[in-house]
Amino acid sequence: MSIDTETARRVAKLARIQVEDDALPALAQEFNTILGFIEQLNEVDVEGVEPMTSVTPMRLKRREDVVTDGDQPDKVLANAPDAREGFFAVPKVVE
Amino acid sequence: MLDLTYDTPKPKVIAGAKHDWELVIGMEVHAQVSSKAKLFSGASTQFGAEPNSNVAFVDAGMPGMLPVINEGCVALAVKTGLGLKAQINLRSAFDRKNYFYPDLPQGYQISQLYHPIVGEGEVLVEMGDGTARMVRIERIHLEQDAGKSIHDMDPAMSFVDLNRTGVALMEIVSRPDIRGPEEAAAYIAKLRQILRYLGTCDGNMQNGNLRADVNVSVCRPGQYEKYQETQDFSHLGTRCEIKNMNSMRFIQQAIEYEARRQITILESGGSIDQETRLYDPDKGETRSMRSKEEAHDYRYFPDPDLLPLEIEQAWVDEIASDMPELPDEKKARFISDFSLSDYDASVLTAEAENAAYFEEVATHGDGKLAANWVINELFGRLKKEDHDITETPVSPAQLGAIIELIAKGDISGKIAKDLFEIVYTEGGDPAQIVEERGMKQVTDTSAIEAAVDQVIADNPAQVEKAKENPKLAGWFVGQVMKATGGKANPKAVNEIVAKKLNG
Repeated sequence: MSIDTETARRVAKLARIQVEDDALPALAQEFNTILGFIEQLNEVDVEGVEPMTSVTPMRLKRREDVVTDGDQPDKVLANAPDAREGFFAVPKVVE
Repeated sequence: MLDLTYDTPKPKVIAGAKHDWELVIGMEVHAQVSSKAKLFSGASTQFGAEPNSNVAFVDAGMPGMLPVINEGCVALAVKTGLGLKAQINLRSAFDRKNYFYPDLPQGYQISQLYHPIVGEGEVLVEMGDGTARMVRIERIHLEQDAGKSIHDMDPAMSFVDLNRTGVALMEIVSRPDIRGPEEAAAYIAKLRQILRYLGTCDGNMQNGNLRADVNVSVCRPGQYEKYQETQDFSHLGTRCEIKNMNSMRFIQQAIEYEARRQITILESGGSIDQETRLYDPDKGETRSMRSKEEAHDYRYFPDPDLLPLEIEQAWVDEIASDMPELPDEKKARFISDFSLSDYDASVLTAEAENAAYFEEVATHGDGKLAANWVINELFGRLKKEDHDITETPVSPAQLGAIIELIAKGDISGKIAKDLFEIVYTEGGDPAQIVEERGMKQVTDTSAIEAAVDQVIADNPAQVEKAKENPKLAGWFVGQVMKATGGKANPKAVNEIVAKKLNG
């Protein structure tokens, strides 16, 4: 797999990261280097090996269906650049 | 148990300008899990709370916060799967669906793309005309809901409330087995009924607790059968997805519009672009959601914050042992135990509360009589005031007592209606009301005879006419009923009037 400038532009856009046009070729090159490292992993034969999901034999931690959190609108909104009447206020997004 | 069998309904056919077309519809229904807390946080799911007050830092996407799964939500998803006769996957896993939107602070939705908790199941969708469609369920997965954006509070800004962010949803995905707008509405209605019976989702469409994405395509007659034979989608047309519908009426209208739009394009030589569309109920049309298309690359990957969800068969069995009787079984039982019609049984089992009410009334006497009274009198009366069964002023015991009085012959059907009205508006013990207000039916023949004699004596001219024309006997019966305040046993009156006139 090879990443060209256009793909790099698209990935940046999907990640909402602004990248200037002249920086794109270098970014694409970096992606390719990373993918090259990962390509090497394909040389390992993993036929019949269960994908590892955790390094320790753990079971997914669960919680009971009980309300234990919330009631802190001020804290939730504390970092918002703009909050009004208990809401986050953001530039208009309407379909 | 009586096994209900149905014919398969005919697919809806739309006549285009050139030829006939059929519809193929698949639905993704989002059902909010009836849990107290959210899927991965301890914040409340209560509807209508102050903005951003049901929000934990996990829901707000604060750095360093980790999701911990709510076991109650998992149990309800398993229960739903069992209710849809579906396969339960003892091992499932969560994935991240990445996209940016102001009401999704994490920047991704936690969902189950690759390994859903529930596999294949089925829903029997009755069409009310003796036909029913078996709609196959492909899968059910657990996922997070997004927050809510409000656009009309400020001209330049959207206001975001994260109370709904992270609430557990079950996405119930059907196969493309639905063949018309009416079937689509009936499918949603049936699914809603099952979920409400199970208590896993309240089915409140108005609040958005049950909403659907509807996939619509059209094909020439015969093509669908080829698809069913081979399960090869290439026999079907390209589909469009109509997003986020929360009204059965709008779902039908949107499908109808969308099918005609596609037919017009195809018949004029064009082709359908697979896209996401939105239904505008004011204009009655669907339109493309272009922004959604651009962001369609969700870059799913397994959520590294969550281990696979492994559940034990014993736990599933425990949930299975606690299943309520489901609508199909209940309906079949009502038909066989109470000799009800398919229609009456459907009405009575529409809501579990209705069915429970009826069953209690039916313990007081004949099932059919009980069904008539519950459906025609009680439901009719409740509907007049826009009430549902939970708001009934007449208890099952009271209605049962009225039915007992009818069955015993203490009151006529007509008086029973007056009695019902009294019980409905004033309350009280029906038997006592009948006693106190002298509503008891007169079955005493001598009393009826006296009344008949009186009417005959008062109307000699009518008696002469009746001798010529026996049909006039009805007039005498009416007069006697009037004279006795409707309390005379109509059968006895008929007999006595006939005897006296002929005698």
